[in-house]
Amino acid sequence: MTDKFQSDSPHAFPGEVHPTPGGGVLVSKLDDVINWARSNSLWPLVFGTSCCAIEMMSTASAKYDWSRFGFEVARATPRQADVIIIAGTIVNKMGPVLKRLYDQMADPKYVIAMGACATSGGPFFYNTYSVVKGADHIIPVDVYVAGCPPRPEALINALMLLQQKIKKGLTREQIREESKIVPIDIGNQKAS
Amino acid sequence: MSKDELKIKLAELIPSATFDESGEWLNINITPPDFMSSIEILRNKVELNFDYLFCQTCIDWKTHLMMVYHLESTAYRHQLVIKIQLDRNKPEIETVSHIWRTAEFHEREVYEMFGVNFLNHPDLRLLILPDGWEGRNPLRKDFEDPVNMIKL
Repeated sequence: MTDKFQSDSPHAFPGEVHPTPGGGVLVSKLDDVINWARSNSLWPLVFGTSCCAIEMMSTASAKYDWSRFGFEVARATPRQADVIIIAGTIVNKMGPVLKRLYDQMADPKYVIAMGACATSGGPFFYNTYSVVKGADHIIPVDVYVAGCPPRPEALINALMLLQQKIKKGLTREQIREESKIVPIDIGNQKAS
Repeated sequence: MSKDELKIKLAELIPSATFDESGEWLNINITPPDFMSSIEILRNKVELNFDYLFCQTCIDWKTHLMMVYHLESTAYRHQLVIKIQLDRNKPEIETVSHIWRTAEFHEREVYEMFGVNFLNHPDLRLLILPDGWEGRNPLRKDFEDPVNMIKL
């Protein structure tokens, strides 16, 4: 069927259309519809600690314009934000501030670690006394973006990946369970 | 005043100083006993009029510390770099914050990063490092932090 509601695209509206004379009936799950709506209106928090923030601003501005994908407007208060993009280096002194911002955001809330610093400490991994080696030491992260700093395309890709994740409707714990590495059975070797 | 004119003038006013012209700016090495009198001359002599301290920092050369002052005259647009060697085990120097207000913050930063003690500074305490860091100076070459640092 070529109906747009039954497209395989991850961005399609969830549900099945049952044709009836003069129209059709859409059957869907409320959870799916809520997730669909939620994923298409994710407001980021204005939060940037170094050069990644410059790329993030570019992603928000006219040329890349993340509003096209539902990241309508960046909010300056965590109370009104759905997603926090950790754009930059997190130093030990910033750690408690980041935790507080995350705690102040209303559920459901999502985290993107943008760039090498937020992912692992990046260029500041070795021989530094002040940098947190990965923001996931402080708050749980949903999507990691590689790059130093990542290009706007990479950030948009990460944001759309987050949308797909939300549409799947799984919790963090369920995803962790799903992606558990299964030990490969290689036959004649003894189990250790 | 050009670099050469400045050098001739300063050699006259501060006889103990030595010069180095290898860089973009004229460098003047001053001995600690002459420091305060030299600073007064640089700031107050009408033809020198260094009224702007645009950078103040310190370097750890492992054998000694070196205070570095970048000065400029906003009236004449000439620049000068002052360098003073300090004893690494007991680094002490007079503050210049009563001459250039901006030095108040710069000296607090040098104090926390290198442990230089600025005599007569109005408010010498840590600038950015969290409370309790006194005595551990991160920009010293021999600084170690076994808790936070992963050594390569």
